[in-house]
Amino acid sequence: MGKVIVVTSGKGGVGKTTSTAALGAALAQTGKRVVLIDFDVGLRNLDLVMGAERRVVFDLVNVTQGAAKLSQALIRDKRIETLFLLPASQTRDKDALTEEGVANVIRPLKEKFDYVLCDSPAGIERGAQLAMRFADDAVIVTNPEVSSVRDSDRIIGLLDSKTVKAERGERVNKHVLVTRYDLARAARGEMLTIDDVLEILSTPLLGIIPESQGVLRASNVGSPVTLAEPSNPAARAYIEAARRLEGEEVPMQIPTDKRGFLDRLLGRRAA
Amino acid sequence: MTSAARIRKDRAAPVQKKSIRFPARSFLAFALSPEAPLDEWLKALDGWTENSPGFFAGRPVVLDLAELKPEPETIRSLVDLLGERGIRVYAIEGVAAEQLTPDMPPLLTGAKPGAIDVSTVEPADEAPVPPEEPAALTTLLVNQPVRSGQSIFHPKGDVIVMGSVGSGSEIMAGGSVHVYGALRGRVFAGATGDGNARIFCLKNEAELLAIDGWYRTAEDMDQSSRGGPVQVFLDNGVIWVTPL
Repeated sequence: MGKVIVVTSGKGGVGKTTSTAALGAALAQTGKRVVLIDFDVGLRNLDLVMGAERRVVFDLVNVTQGAAKLSQALIRDKRIETLFLLPASQTRDKDALTEEGVANVIRPLKEKFDYVLCDSPAGIERGAQLAMRFADDAVIVTNPEVSSVRDSDRIIGLLDSKTVKAERGERVNKHVLVTRYDLARAARGEMLTIDDVLEILSTPLLGIIPESQGVLRASNVGSPVTLAEPSNPAARAYIEAARRLEGEEVPMQIPTDKRGFLDRLLGRRAA
Repeated sequence: MTSAARIRKDRAAPVQKKSIRFPARSFLAFALSPEAPLDEWLKALDGWTENSPGFFAGRPVVLDLAELKPEPETIRSLVDLLGERGIRVYAIEGVAAEQLTPDMPPLLTGAKPGAIDVSTVEPADEAPVPPEEPAALTTLLVNQPVRSGQSIFHPKGDVIVMGSVGSGSEIMAGGSVHVYGALRGRVFAGATGDGNARIFCLKNEAELLAIDGWYRTAEDMDQSSRGGPVQVFLDNGVIWVTPL
């Protein structure tokens, strides 16, 4: 039986889709069977980030409404054979999804895959609630700034009340993933520190992903950053976070601006 | 600077502004759930009130239309028919908000079932009041942080939170509120009219603190009372926020 993990945040633009792709690719590279589901119906992005946008025939809404079979809609990644994508519809919107339809999609996927990663849309309404409804675990993506942290706190509250697991009296395992972390700005007090974020959210930390220009470069070429630039500090942090998701104990490192002597001399900036 | 302005500037103690109070009221209402066919139900109701005349006079009655699912015109005529029988409908539940027009009783959501001992109810000679539930004081213990957007309502006693209270959340208690963590949200203690209720927290970052309807917002709190453990109490219409 696979694990359903929802990647959510509340706030928009903090890195849910990037993280879903990066974590999914990192998990699949260790040999696990992984499927990524884009729940952002109407504003789909996961297919772009995965480089599959030219191969989309059927989507999540087609499958939930019975117009297509799951096997017809799933797109296999060209680079990793155990990684699959179920894209969202671009022409419909979130009202096209029903709870029963989503349940009928997640159930067979849970049986066939080790990890089912659900890329949640932003917000707290129907789309986000359906994405988290059947989750076993949750990765709450947070930027170290006040509005993102407050929205993440709201989403954590919803994870504890609106999921099937919560209604049964069990707990969804929650992890905070801090993204776009800039050590210099945190030191200057412009950004919240990791301690501030964890103190407000009271949830275990999965990883700290530093701000990196490699993320944009990777999504421009349609590849998760862990595949496109695996030695990039953000990619390395995602790979460590994926290992922690699998249960491995990996010591947390606050990413530093690792600039070599020559780089400093010649004024070059790290990735 | 005029002398009046100088006096204002010299005032050291924070002054409680003349603010609007929000005391809470709770009461038990009877719920009538009409079933189809409607005239048979009305006949049965008439039979019942014949045995206990004036029973409904002065009692709050809520109309539960979830079973009947009527048209808007039927709702209006039903309210009128009940009015002719001396039954004033306070609120309607079980219908969509769009079906009720401003001239009809308001929509009620979230009402919980209550216990009314009908056998001890006196027929209406004096104005009878439905017997209140016995005041069993209980303490609500919340063993995890209160997340942003969550709302805790516990009119029957104290609330204790073993954790922080997130920004944008609310706690309303009939008694006192104790937060063993950072308080970043809003707290209404003594919400059912108890001016002796107090609020305690380990780190005051509250957005609003209120006791028995008197409130103080974060803006009106002295900087010295922010960020550390505080106790909040009501004295003579003034909310005091004092370091513990």
